[in-house]
Amino acid sequence: MSVARFWRKQPQRYNLIGTRCETCGTAFFPPRSFCPECRRDGRIVEHTFAGTGKVVTFTVIRTASEAFELLTPYVLAIVELDEGARLTSQIVCSPDEVFIGMPVRNVFRKLGSDGESGPLYYGTKFIPAL
Amino acid sequence: MRKVAVIGVGCTPFGEKWETSFRNLFVDAGARALEDAGISGEQIDELFVGNMSAGRFVEQEHIGALIADYAGLATKHVPSTRVEAACSSGGLAFRQAVTAVASGNADIVVAAGVEKMTDVGTGATVDTLAGAADREWEGFPGATFPGLYAMIARDYMHRFGLTREQLAMVAVKNHRNGAKNPNAQFQKEITIDTVMQSSLVADPLRLFDCSPITDGAAAVIVAPLERAREFTDTPVQVLSSAQASDTIALHDRRDISTLDATVAAGNRAFQLARCERKDIDMIEVHDCFTIAEICAIEDLGFCSKGDAGRLTEEGYTALDGTLPVNPSGGLKACGHPVGATGIKQVYEIVTQLRGEASGRQVDGEIGMAHNVGGTGATVVCSILGVI
Ligand SMILES: [Zn+2]
Repeated sequence: MSVARFWRKQPQRYNLIGTRCETCGTAFFPPRSFCPECRRDGRIVEHTFAGTGKVVTFTVIRTASEAFELLTPYVLAIVELDEGARLTSQIVCSPDEVFIGMPVRNVFRKLGSDGESGPLYYGTKFIPAL
Repeated sequence: MRKVAVIGVGCTPFGEKWETSFRNLFVDAGARALEDAGISGEQIDELFVGNMSAGRFVEQEHIGALIADYAGLATKHVPSTRVEAACSSGGLAFRQAVTAVASGNADIVVAAGVEKMTDVGTGATVDTLAGAADREWEGFPGATFPGLYAMIARDYMHRFGLTREQLAMVAVKNHRNGAKNPNAQFQKEITIDTVMQSSLVADPLRLFDCSPITDGAAAVIVAPLERAREFTDTPVQVLSSAQASDTIALHDRRDISTLDATVAAGNRAFQLARCERKDIDMIEVHDCFTIAEICAIEDLGFCSKGDAGRLTEEGYTALDGTLPVNPSGGLKACGHPVGATGIKQVYEIVTQLRGEASGRQVDGEIGMAHNVGGTGATVVCSILGVI
């Protein structure tokens, strides 16, 4: 897997910095510069998420792409943040532990590397917040 | 707009075609379609080729030109365009061809789909297919394509009480149909146990919930309805071909287990064709995973949300059921060469409507094809009928 180099420079990779539409109150992560509801009437501002939320749905990945092969099995979930936005992320816990509705909070973790000696890359994961 | 008909179809056997090159796959399907329509290459006005990722699978881009060249049409300077929408590339090529004829811009148009997926290793294939989703925000944290559908399955089972066995029955039914299809990658029946004992890919989905990695190509030829009888005694009319979009990422959907693009494309297709759900005699749906067939039946409006598992169990969707779903064997048994699948679905519906589907023949006059790109960011629905 080739991970685009520029991604490592994006602040959103490491912090839950998204955007919010002040017109309708909808929060976006990853950030959007257009509100799909309000379109040009929307007023988009930066928004830093608190980082807490809950698991909407999840899976345990057993067959992964090359970049994640060494990590299997790992828990992948759609997390709904308290402010309303949803994102896809790994949950750092055992496959038996995760359940729909589980409260979680974000952490900063290594995501993978380009081969054995390639550069490491980092990002957001979540841990149980029971 | 002019009315449009399919005047010829062709399909290669699907499977692992180590001995065949990418271009030969297409030429094989195209030649079969030309022969079926009884036309020569010089009569072709335009080509649309559905292909998802030749650049990753065989390291070849510029597919439109390559196909025109090896179809012997380069020196005739026939326009040829590659269209891409992940696993719905074929459906999109069909819709483009139909639109070209309907608009009066062209008369005889080839819609083809081709993919050669077995030339790279499993990890690379998994990664390439993950590109059908949001690479930056789904792929980066480790989502695979089966993983995304597994999250749909988990959500659906949690909310609607679908059982693991009912999910397996989708695969059992489609393999039973595939066993009657000489072009299918798998022509063997399986049992619920086969599915339940296969290895976990992404919980709760197991290997036999997933469509395989496949090489294959299919082609159909469309023409104005008023000219169709020049070429064939059994023209099939294209009643509609509709397309819809949704968010690229699954996590941004209104409802994880409803593909709103299927709902929208389905509604448009029924409106344009001026027909109702009860008029449909057979349907090819996009069962890249067993859960996808369950969602498709519901999202297209053939039953209420939450009922498709029970209906599958009761045989409603079997070959001899009220609404035969995936008579070809679907993506599950027939194979899923991503860019070719949408054309193969049209191929199957036309073959059924012409009464040429032998062992898997369903009686009927109107059929539908439903082709999904990614986890539902693009959907194409086409309705075809005998004249
Ligand atoms: Zn807004």
